[in-house]
Amino acid sequence: MSADPSPRLALRGITKVYPSVVANDAVSLHVLPGEIHAVLGENGAGKSTLMKIVYGVVKPDAGTIEWEGSTVEIGNPARARRLGIGMVFQHFSLFETLTVADNIALALDASRAGADLAARIREVSSRYGLPLEPGRHVHTMSVGERQRVEIVRCLLQNPRLLIMDEPTSVLTPQAVESLFETLETLSGEGVSILYISHKLDEIRALCHRATVLRAGRVTGECDPRQETSASLARMMIGGDLPHPKPREARIGAVRLAIDRLSMPADDPFGTRLHEVSLEVHDGEIVGIAGVSGNGQKELLAALSGERLVPDARAIRIDDAPIGGEDAAARRTRGLAFVPEERLGRGAVPDMTLAENALLTAHRQGMVARGFVRDGVVRDFAAATIGEFDVKAGGPDSVARSLSGGNLQKYIVGREIRQHPRVLIVSQPTWGVDVGAAARIRQALVDLAERGVAVLVVSEELDELFEICDRLAVIAQGRLSHAKPVSETDPGEIGQLMAGSFVAEGARSERHFSPAGALGLDP
Amino acid sequence: MIRLEPRPEPWRVASWLSPIAAAAVTMAIGFVVFTLLGKNPLDAFHAFFVRPVDSAYGVAELLLKASPLMLIATGLAIGYRANVWNIGAEGQLLVGAVAGGGLALAFHAADSPLLVPAMIVAGALGGMAWAAIPAFLRTRFNANEILVSLMLVYVAGYLLSWLVHGPWRDPEGFNFPQSKLFHDAALLPNLVEGTRVNAGLLVALATVAAGYVFVRRSLSGFQMRVAGLAPAAAAYAGISSKRTIWIGMLAGGACAGVAGVQEAAGPVGQLLPTLSPGYGFAAIIVAFVGRLHPVGIVFASLLLSLLYLGGESAQLNLGLPSAVTGLFQGTLLFCLLAADVFIHYRVRRVMRLPQGA
Repeated sequence: MSADPSPRLALRGITKVYPSVVANDAVSLHVLPGEIHAVLGENGAGKSTLMKIVYGVVKPDAGTIEWEGSTVEIGNPARARRLGIGMVFQHFSLFETLTVADNIALALDASRAGADLAARIREVSSRYGLPLEPGRHVHTMSVGERQRVEIVRCLLQNPRLLIMDEPTSVLTPQAVESLFETLETLSGEGVSILYISHKLDEIRALCHRATVLRAGRVTGECDPRQETSASLARMMIGGDLPHPKPREARIGAVRLAIDRLSMPADDPFGTRLHEVSLEVHDGEIVGIAGVSGNGQKELLAALSGERLVPDARAIRIDDAPIGGEDAAARRTRGLAFVPEERLGRGAVPDMTLAENALLTAHRQGMVARGFVRDGVVRDFAAATIGEFDVKAGGPDSVARSLSGGNLQKYIVGREIRQHPRVLIVSQPTWGVDVGAAARIRQALVDLAERGVAVLVVSEELDELFEICDRLAVIAQGRLSHAKPVSETDPGEIGQLMAGSFVAEGARSERHFSPAGALGLDP
Repeated sequence: MIRLEPRPEPWRVASWLSPIAAAAVTMAIGFVVFTLLGKNPLDAFHAFFVRPVDSAYGVAELLLKASPLMLIATGLAIGYRANVWNIGAEGQLLVGAVAGGGLALAFHAADSPLLVPAMIVAGALGGMAWAAIPAFLRTRFNANEILVSLMLVYVAGYLLSWLVHGPWRDPEGFNFPQSKLFHDAALLPNLVEGTRVNAGLLVALATVAAGYVFVRRSLSGFQMRVAGLAPAAAAYAGISSKRTIWIGMLAGGACAGVAGVQEAAGPVGQLLPTLSPGYGFAAIIVAFVGRLHPVGIVFASLLLSLLYLGGESAQLNLGLPSAVTGLFQGTLLFCLLAADVFIHYRVRRVMRLPQGA
């Protein structure tokens, strides 16, 4: 692309070095007015650091930023906003107990947040197809709706560059489509958009240009509409995308049964579970799709034993009621679990990999008469590192020092190597790079092939369709009927994720009731 | 501008350097303080650090005072590693002394070699019983164990006071609030003739070793550490938080109770309201100065013991007010804990970016 028209934003030689890693190494990039520009890369490639530099959160060690032709120093986010740069973060920064209008007013300068704010919110939201009710409390809203609040909040400041950090990771397919329409409208009006993602299909559908980062460097610049997902992936990971080999499902008897499980929420903004039922058979991978915050956390805590279930028969393994057993007792029955948070829950950050093996795998002959057998622990850790291709110094590496993807491989490996009869995995590849994700999916498929019952909770539909035999959807604390993957498609699952199967009567319960949230009503 | 930045990994060298740096800073501050008070700082340092241990008797006194400190700190550290905050070791010490001392008084005429071991067991049980109260209230009602265990210190103090003022008062004690002197069979045997250091030191060292084995080698000890470092990981792995609280509280209570018996059946030889010079509280400092590590606890208990003796020696030899010795002790502990910051943080001079960027 020629230098005319002049770019809205140009980065030249941006470098940022952290004590242990070079986050950005001489990154250059320019964005034209009205251009939707993708910044593509795996986790840890330096996308987020680059965006934080543009938004004034992080200062670069070297390099220059040009805004509409003149060199600027963006010292803080307030300066960025004055220039006309808005950012929608991956993790929202909204106060749940306040209304939409209150939340927006908090972010605006006093002069802009006038009495007509509600009217202006309505105007902006209808112009860009972002329906919002200014008087509604944030805690009653779905994740997609909350994202709209964040976007509207940015748009009220009339930005000329909008940064979107992985905006679709929490949205249903339908919500993604309407977001794209909004972004295209904005682009048509001349607003530039920096769109950060690692989802190749989205970038090909939406973006005009893409800058690809790998390990902090620019490895390619292209027009994504002219590329294939495979060619983008090659730029992103420097190799081809592996795919799991197909397997022949040999479905056995029911191993894990969830039978009309109902539970009150344990915190005011949690989700209560309504009569969740599901069976997982030996040799089967069952997936649970859904937008986060719809009861996944509560369901997983009930399944793992971190929260006990009043009706013990609501959860059964081999028909034995286990609802009242704690996590240790369930593990003794052959249940293994990979939680979505790796550091702090799945692994102790300040302990070594060997000690983290002992955390859940101590039933594997690691303890004799109450004392730890170091040799066995270290062998287990070393074998896990080797078998799952974990990039780590060895069993004595501290868990905190591993990258997210490597630690996830280690945790998945640790659970699988305990020869579970039921494996429950939450967000198996969240924040994991493409290569490691493929390795983890393959491990789950192999495990099912050996006759283990596997339950996967994920927000990534592609992943679920790739590895699961049957799929159910969780929405508002209810679980849809599980369907064989061959009999459904992402469109239908997306409908279910939006709550289409939840009856109208149940839907009203979603609105906040303090008594219900505290578990006081029957 | 100067800023503290977290280090990606703890600085190993600093964990050895920090006590030395702390000692140097304390010396410098002490130098100024003693000079301002018109004392020769070198004389003061000599009185604090050399005179207490310049004789075999002095060394024995050092060990005598260090042994209850290391014993209690070892027990407390087991709980502290698991975020179980037993602040009431002083009370558990007193109840342990009451239990063990009660046995000594009940079998006053007995001449059995089993009496002292039985007193130690009774002391451990007494301390555990006192620690069980906050443990029960915490696990059953989620009552804060810091407050409950601390308040029970005063209850224990009054219990001992009532006993020695009332039912257990020595009828031949000229109405002083004290029990009868224990019979010889109820006293801990001396280790070195002519000194007061007794078999309690061996019990304390054995306990430190056992504590090390428990924390480092046993599954339960490992699980206690997990509970302290990452509570969510402990819940995920099915480590019972109630069990953690019970083990943490009872370990501290048992050690404190044994320490109480050692005082009563050792240098004191009877039950008195002023049985303990605050060992239960000082042991909290010992535990943290020793970084909850057994070897560290042994050194820290010797250091604190030296500060106790040095304070007395400075008061006697230099006529320093006790407040100054307290201030000096506090300075050293403050510096020790402050120096630990550099293990996990680094000091960075923050420079402005070149303009024009």
